[in-house]
Amino acid sequence: MNKRLVPYLFIAPYLALTVVFTIYPLLNAAVLAFYQTNGPASRTFVGIDNFRFLLGDPSFHRALTNTTVFTAASVVLVLPLAMGLAVLLHGRKGRARGFLRLLLFSPNLVGGIFVGILFAVLFTPRYGLMNRALHALFGWGLEERFLGNPALVMPAIVVTALWVSVGFNMIYFLAALQGVDKTLEEAARIDGANRLQVFRYVTLPSMRHVVGFVLVTTVISSFQLFELPLALLASTDGKGPDNSGLTLITYLYDVGFNTGDLGLGSAIGWIVAALIFGVSMIQLKLSGLAREQA
Amino acid sequence: MNPLRALVLAFGLGFVVLLFRTPKDPRPAVRYLATGVLVAAAAAVVSPFLWLVAAAFKDRSVLNEHVFFPPLGDWSSATLNLDNFRRLFQGDASLTGKVYFSQYVLNSLCVASLSTVLQVLLCSLAGYAFAKYSFAGKGLLLTFMLGTMMIPGVLLFAPVYDMVVRFGFVDSYAALILPGVVTPYGIFLFRQAILSVPNEMIDAGRIDGASEFSIYLKLVMPLVRPLTAAFCLVCFLGSWNAFFGPSVYLHAQQKLTLPVVLNMYLGVYGSDQGVFLAGTLLAIVPPALLFFALEKEFVSGLATGAVKG
Repeated sequence: MNKRLVPYLFIAPYLALTVVFTIYPLLNAAVLAFYQTNGPASRTFVGIDNFRFLLGDPSFHRALTNTTVFTAASVVLVLPLAMGLAVLLHGRKGRARGFLRLLLFSPNLVGGIFVGILFAVLFTPRYGLMNRALHALFGWGLEERFLGNPALVMPAIVVTALWVSVGFNMIYFLAALQGVDKTLEEAARIDGANRLQVFRYVTLPSMRHVVGFVLVTTVISSFQLFELPLALLASTDGKGPDNSGLTLITYLYDVGFNTGDLGLGSAIGWIVAALIFGVSMIQLKLSGLAREQA
Repeated sequence: MNPLRALVLAFGLGFVVLLFRTPKDPRPAVRYLATGVLVAAAAAVVSPFLWLVAAAFKDRSVLNEHVFFPPLGDWSSATLNLDNFRRLFQGDASLTGKVYFSQYVLNSLCVASLSTVLQVLLCSLAGYAFAKYSFAGKGLLLTFMLGTMMIPGVLLFAPVYDMVVRFGFVDSYAALILPGVVTPYGIFLFRQAILSVPNEMIDAGRIDGASEFSIYLKLVMPLVRPLTAAFCLVCFLGSWNAFFGPSVYLHAQQKLTLPVVLNMYLGVYGSDQGVFLAGTLLAIVPPALLFFALEKEFVSGLATGAVKG
């Protein structure tokens, strides 16, 4: 066999599958967004009507608002909690650290659908673990229908997502903390900085790349929130009462695969992609990652 | 005063006492507080799991009576039994006859295992080519891969579905496995790991007359075992927990995988929660087993990697 062909043979499966399952669909997505379809069988050209429809569609607005609220809440809650736990764990030695790290990470082994199913039951009025725990701690929430009350649906989704994502991002922060130069921290201590100052001015700046990375991945995955609300809000078709739990992707799934309009689904897909792209560009700029890597 | 509030209060008191015993040095109190926060976080993570286990084994009649398990004195086959599992496995009616829950477990296992094996094989092969061969167009391909990584998966939902249906792959597991089987992410991971494999070793293999493929399989792959183990876990989890693909591509009841079935049960069984909770418990056991089986592998692998060279 010709030796020069070997590397091409090794990457041939990748190339073939990418062309079929990424490049061709990507082009097709651009075409589909301008069609109205009824399942894959029939399609009619509608120009930019899909986008025009979405602009005035209250459900889409709701989905966009909900997703933005979820993303903001995730960033504001997940990052500090994950960082806090990572710092606390970093201060521990040996077995306790390994065990707790494993334990806090463990919800990530559970798929989004299963998490949704489990928490749908945990939020049962009167008997659910969440309702009971809230009542025991704060004297509130025992009879609350968290998944039936439009005002409480988003908080319920956020809390459920936290159960998974805090432990996930903590792993990154923990790894970053272990990579921080100890001599720098010690030098700052000797110069009279207290623990908080050392963290603020030495530790945090030296792990800014990881913080930036976690920020970007948290935003991107939050924008694509899908399986968890679908199962969590199964009693209201995955949308929540008055669409209070509708996200961009559950909306895409609903119009594209329940209603069967793949064209409108593609249009939503493009908008989500543009949002993700825009947000990651802004964040790359802000964190200075782009500049430093150039 | 309920037990949970009493516990929180007692913990707070302990903190105050520690602060007052050594007013000059707050470190013991801070450490105590840190331990408390870690324990609270651990409890918050564990309690849903514990609740799930309890709910799966509790009888229908006592499901809502106790927060977790009934008190030890009340343990009997009337309060704790396998009734939920029995009903879970009694089978669903479908157009083509009864379908049993064990069928869905088997489907999920098959799809996830096959998908994992293929992903590891194809990603590592390509990663090896990018790490250890020089060939025309390599730089261009690497840039292309980086570019495709920027495409969010949601954009491809509709067009891939459109294509799969046109090609007649509905109800075939190929539609679940093939679209995500070689990812730039996987290729880059293997490329990075294989870059640190010494070139002399590969050359030695060539001099000994080994074929290019057996160099990859017998020399290179054993050296990147820790990554392979971790990547296996990621692939298995992704496939085992996948919902979108199975929910749109599979129509026949006997082909369904666990996430789709359990999401359906949530509606079918409604208030009879024990049944789908038992199913959910079973659905999270295999990934957990794999995690614990592989954990040693990538930890020990990292240790051997450290003494190498």
